[in-house]
Amino acid sequence: MSFDNAYEAITEGSDGRWAFGTGFDNPLAGIDTTVPADVNAGDLALYSLMLGDDALIMSHRLQQWCTSAPELEDEVALANIALDLLGQARLLLSRAAAADGTGRGEDWYAFFRAEHEFRNVRLAELERGDFGELTARLLVFATWRLALLQRLVASRDPVLAAVAAKGVKEVTYHRDYAAQWLVRLGDGTGFSRARAQGGLAAIWPYVPELFSAHDVERRLAAAGVAADPAGVRGEFDDVLAQVLAAATLDVPDVAGGVAGRAGRHGVHTEAMGYLLAELQSVARADPEATW
Amino acid sequence: MVTAGGARRGGDVVTAGGARRGGGVVTARAVAETVTDPELPMLTLADLGVLRAVAEDGGTVIVSITPTYTGCPAMDAMRDDLVHALHRAGFPDVEVRTVLQPAWTTDWISAAGRRKLVAAGIAPPRTVARPVSGAIPLTLGPPLGPVRCPHCGSARTRLVSYFGATACRSLHRCGRCQEPFEHVKEI
Repeated sequence: MSFDNAYEAITEGSDGRWAFGTGFDNPLAGIDTTVPADVNAGDLALYSLMLGDDALIMSHRLQQWCTSAPELEDEVALANIALDLLGQARLLLSRAAAADGTGRGEDWYAFFRAEHEFRNVRLAELERGDFGELTARLLVFATWRLALLQRLVASRDPVLAAVAAKGVKEVTYHRDYAAQWLVRLGDGTGFSRARAQGGLAAIWPYVPELFSAHDVERRLAAAGVAADPAGVRGEFDDVLAQVLAAATLDVPDVAGGVAGRAGRHGVHTEAMGYLLAELQSVARADPEATW
Repeated sequence: MVTAGGARRGGDVVTAGGARRGGGVVTARAVAETVTDPELPMLTLADLGVLRAVAEDGGTVIVSITPTYTGCPAMDAMRDDLVHALHRAGFPDVEVRTVLQPAWTTDWISAAGRRKLVAAGIAPPRTVARPVSGAIPLTLGPPLGPVRCPHCGSARTRLVSYFGATACRSLHRCGRCQEPFEHVKEI
């Protein structure tokens, strides 16, 4: 069989050959997304966006490591971790869509919201640093997220509970990957140790924000739907202490805190605008495109 | 619910009406069971434990599948393959549903599936004890000890990377036969 161009060749007889463009665009297809009667649907939608945006934006930063990782194996590892988080983001953004009743697809949330409508913590969006910074950021992010997801398994929203139960298994591997790298770098050469310590220092000012609950998180936690981030600080500190001790690294002596609004309120760092410009450029250039 | 045929691997089964083909009756379940995983083509979706149920509701065949990993792009291909296989077998109305809970675990890969993985040079997952409560322990060393080499059977292997060509596989190397190999990692 011959084709005039490569595009024709790969799209030939597209039935069953290609996963995309086949109409399966709802990752929650067939799942009962009814909001439990006594749960505030608006709050649930916003909370789903918070967790979904954390995953989406962190995934995007990890994807930017493709072709830049120190070894092929780590390139593959980072792409896999990014893919897991993207999968979680798809489910969570779809959960938000089902809860807010607009009937929008997951793509609308990813590609057509403005910066102030994103609810991710600022740690996820920070400009990409070196491999030491990546390792520190991934360890902090995965340790925090794993603690949250583990509590969310008991959420009264069955969709969030199911997404969390799957996510726990995935993020356990992400945390181990980052922890093992941080130990190798910290307990390695003077050079690698300095990079790891520098990476921790760079992200440490954004750590307190992770445990500062938004009103919606607090309300839903009281209703048994959300995990209160303030409640996972102890577990986070224990895990970090264990890794840093094995890595012979110090807890950074960096002042940081949250005064006023931050990522959960839609207030972001300068890096976020640039990130979204890249993430959204294709969809905005051709808003009717399908894939 | 357990049907007359007994509980089968992969969930509850209701045999669908059946299309006549080649003189025999082909059940929707039998057709769905022939569909293979796009990334591990030696395994059927039933071997993998991804096929949770095949039921019939007023002429519509409803197939329930569960994702291995939430981001697994093979999910869309699986849905597509299931729909096409059932269409070809004479079931025009097919709906594929996602089931998220209980979450997929490698414990659901069947004994036959494990044998097929070894035959293809992929180390099958082991059965892991899962903590029922408390914080998930951090793993700073290789988890669960070494994976047995699917080529020579040696336990003298080392983990090269937690993450392989697909989300479900890790990379290893055998210290005896020196062959690199993949392992379906336990989740």
